[in-house]
Amino acid sequence: MGGDHDPVRGAWGPRLGTIALAVAPVAFLGVFFLLPLAGMLAEGFWVDGSLDLSGVTETLARPRVHRVVWFTVWASLTATAVTVLAGVPVAYVLYRLDFPGRRLLRALVVMPFVLPTVVVGVAFRTLLAPGGPLGFLRLDGTAYAILAAMIFFNLAVVVRTVGGLWEGLDRRREDAAAALGASPWQVLRTVTLPSLKPAIVSSATVVFLFCSTAFGVVLTLGGLRYGTVETEIYILTTQFLDLRAAAVLSVVQLVAIVVLLALTARARGRREHALERSGERSTRRRPGRRDLPALCVAGAVVLLLAAPLSALVVRSLRTAGGWGLDNYANLGTTGGGTALLVPVWTALDQSLRTAVDATLLALSLGLAVAFLVSRPARGRGQRRGRALLDGLFMLPLGVSAVTIGFGYLITLDEPPLDLRSSPYLVPVAQAMVALPLVVRTLVPVLRSIDPRQRQAAATLGASPLRTLLVVDLPAAWRPTLAAAGLAFAVSLGEFGATSFLVRPDNPTLPVVIYQLISRPGPENFGTALAASVVLGVATVLVMSGVERLRIGSMGSF
Amino acid sequence: MTITSLPGRSRKTRLASVSLLSLAVSLGPTACALGGGSDGGDAENASGSSKKQVVLATHESWAMSKEVLAKFRKETGYTLKVQSSGDAGALTNKLVLTKGSPIADAAYGVDNTFASRAVDQGVFQDYEPPQEPASAQGLEMPDKADAAALTPVDFGDVCVNVDDVWFEKHHVTPPKGLDDLTKPAYKNLFVTPGATTSSPGLAFLLATIAKYGEDGWQKYWGDLMANGTKITSGWEDAYTVDFTAGGGNGDRPIVLSYDSSPPFTIPKGSDKPTTSALLDTCFRQVEYVGVLKGAANPEGAKALADFMLSKDFQEALPENMYVFPADDSVKLPDLWAKWAEVPSEPLSLDPATIAQHRDAWLTTWGEITTR
Repeated sequence: MGGDHDPVRGAWGPRLGTIALAVAPVAFLGVFFLLPLAGMLAEGFWVDGSLDLSGVTETLARPRVHRVVWFTVWASLTATAVTVLAGVPVAYVLYRLDFPGRRLLRALVVMPFVLPTVVVGVAFRTLLAPGGPLGFLRLDGTAYAILAAMIFFNLAVVVRTVGGLWEGLDRRREDAAAALGASPWQVLRTVTLPSLKPAIVSSATVVFLFCSTAFGVVLTLGGLRYGTVETEIYILTTQFLDLRAAAVLSVVQLVAIVVLLALTARARGRREHALERSGERSTRRRPGRRDLPALCVAGAVVLLLAAPLSALVVRSLRTAGGWGLDNYANLGTTGGGTALLVPVWTALDQSLRTAVDATLLALSLGLAVAFLVSRPARGRGQRRGRALLDGLFMLPLGVSAVTIGFGYLITLDEPPLDLRSSPYLVPVAQAMVALPLVVRTLVPVLRSIDPRQRQAAATLGASPLRTLLVVDLPAAWRPTLAAAGLAFAVSLGEFGATSFLVRPDNPTLPVVIYQLISRPGPENFGTALAASVVLGVATVLVMSGVERLRIGSMGSF
Repeated sequence: MTITSLPGRSRKTRLASVSLLSLAVSLGPTACALGGGSDGGDAENASGSSKKQVVLATHESWAMSKEVLAKFRKETGYTLKVQSSGDAGALTNKLVLTKGSPIADAAYGVDNTFASRAVDQGVFQDYEPPQEPASAQGLEMPDKADAAALTPVDFGDVCVNVDDVWFEKHHVTPPKGLDDLTKPAYKNLFVTPGATTSSPGLAFLLATIAKYGEDGWQKYWGDLMANGTKITSGWEDAYTVDFTAGGGNGDRPIVLSYDSSPPFTIPKGSDKPTTSALLDTCFRQVEYVGVLKGAANPEGAKALADFMLSKDFQEALPENMYVFPADDSVKLPDLWAKWAEVPSEPLSLDPATIAQHRDAWLTTWGEITTR
């Protein structure tokens, strides 16, 4: 069709555009992920100028490595399954039902996502330790405590990704099915879930990758009895300086992710299809009796989230003389009884600035990638190319943060890439983690847009830019905000990678919290917990701000 | 003509819009000026004259008051830029990995359990501050090459701590030394951070090796585990969650901590700590500063090393980093002077032996404790 009579332009026109759009994200990934990864792998495999693979068999033969790999797979799979099973009903309740406090709850679900792992570890252990309120469960130091923490952290991913798609889903198909006599269960199984499948698979992949690279919680809650590939790489790199074994394990991680991505790409494959969207009309309604099961699950899940959070709040109110706000009063001052170097507000300010940078970066790159990946492919080669691009940007989630962090130090040390002590490396590393989340939130939505809508717009004379504005944007707007929220939360909470980076002089809030909690004295500890509560509340405020933002802007399209 | 082939103009606009988008994307990072900007002062300094800036690599426990740092700037003319991350082990390995192009001018925080690895790998250049206090001499590394490269700044002893109130209440005599910890009377009462994940944890393992010998410590740890010792990953949760006097609902009155911990357990309205350190169980960690080989500003690094031995810096160490100054002539905070007892003869091991056997010991320890 189209440019058949003009093969050169026909082939290269769109391709040039694609390439132009792909350049920035791919270059970003290359410099800030592939290069440092390659650097660390080379340290492990490239000994005295020649390739040395003797470490592979030796490392893989270690019984400890078998145990660690097995535990990683088991824990990540189980935690992912439970997170999805618990997250979908919560997404339904929070995004399809209308009740007071809905917005607050949505933001609350994200709160765990930003809390520093060491704080969550202490909060969980405060609950579960033999003397704690849930001590009778005897979960302290067990694998189940680790699972609970993984679910606690990652629920937000499922709720927001699935909720973002569900919210825009047209209700009329479900209503039609019900009118034709389908039971609520049949409607769910045959109409709703198939529509949601892309978002569910997407978020499950992300959760699995987060779980398999979980690090802080496994160390704190595992009490050394349980280790994952990630914690093993950390110990091998920072304690043993056994870069060979660490490189082997990094390759194991890489292979596992590639297999996983290939499998999920297959599962998603042709099922991502056009959906009917509701446009501007609200899809929410008041909860009714048939929502009871979903409400029950959601209630239980909220309790699971609330328990460690309240343990945190309660302990932050504990003072030398009993109860009070002393720890919060300490936040504004330096010196005195605590090791606080800057007032917490200064650190919070720094955290927010960094988070804005990381979010902008992740969103701009993520939008480009999602746009490219979701275009309908012409021919096999193009489809493969898109799948490859899609998978490439998921890799950072599944590779050890220690490896990347140390990789920065040894690869980004020469001009023009002399960046390892740059203060920009922190938002960059955070954007790297947030980028896959943005892509995974947006792609299912963009793919679900009926291509006929775009064709119709074009037929009516709309330019591609205008098509983008009137067709893609309205559908992608809400998920984009959801993605922005997640990216922001990732940055505020500072996942692994950044804790191995050289830090600028101005500490972010999580850094201050780590500093406080590792110093002796109940005042330092209490202040650390108070600072964590501040971090969580700040997140909730920002997220509810984002939620409100979209209500206002929706009308303009 | 089919519809799609019609708009020749449209393809151009598509190209234009796509390149516009990618331009926006590539400009994204530039728009970031919003953030890291607060670092601008240092950046100016760096571009103006890097000679005026000293970069210090250190671990995440670094903390120093603004006044002391201002004094450094005033006395030497250098601005200090601190890059802190990870623990002493991570710091050491970072220095080893980047020895060709160092991440800083000086490094502080490599301790006697890791120092040999760094010096053996040629991370440091030799420098001995002209005015080293007499008491610091006693903290020097025993090996000549090590001592020439590294200057002791401070020390702290990792010791078993007990909750005296708990023992009084339960009418049990508190343990006195390492031997007691394996006795039935103290079953399920001891918690310690692990040696592979925590630097005090490693120090405790070394204490037991110093006490029971290279062939005897394995049995001791077997006995410890059999007696219900709990191992956490970090000092934080051992002390704040499991220890009875750490503010949580802990149920273990014996914990691995520091000799400087007891003063922090003085209740309001009282003048006596509720916990004490067992001085026969202590292992001394000494922290060193050194000038990095290939430093961009070696003179600044030397000035920094000199400054770290000055009275101003030494005096500020206890309040900021919870360690004892290497210079024993400086005044300690009152509470420390009164309640933080320092062991006269802590357990010790030759750093060269530690460097040689550390990995094997840690592997064995890992096997014993997860058995």
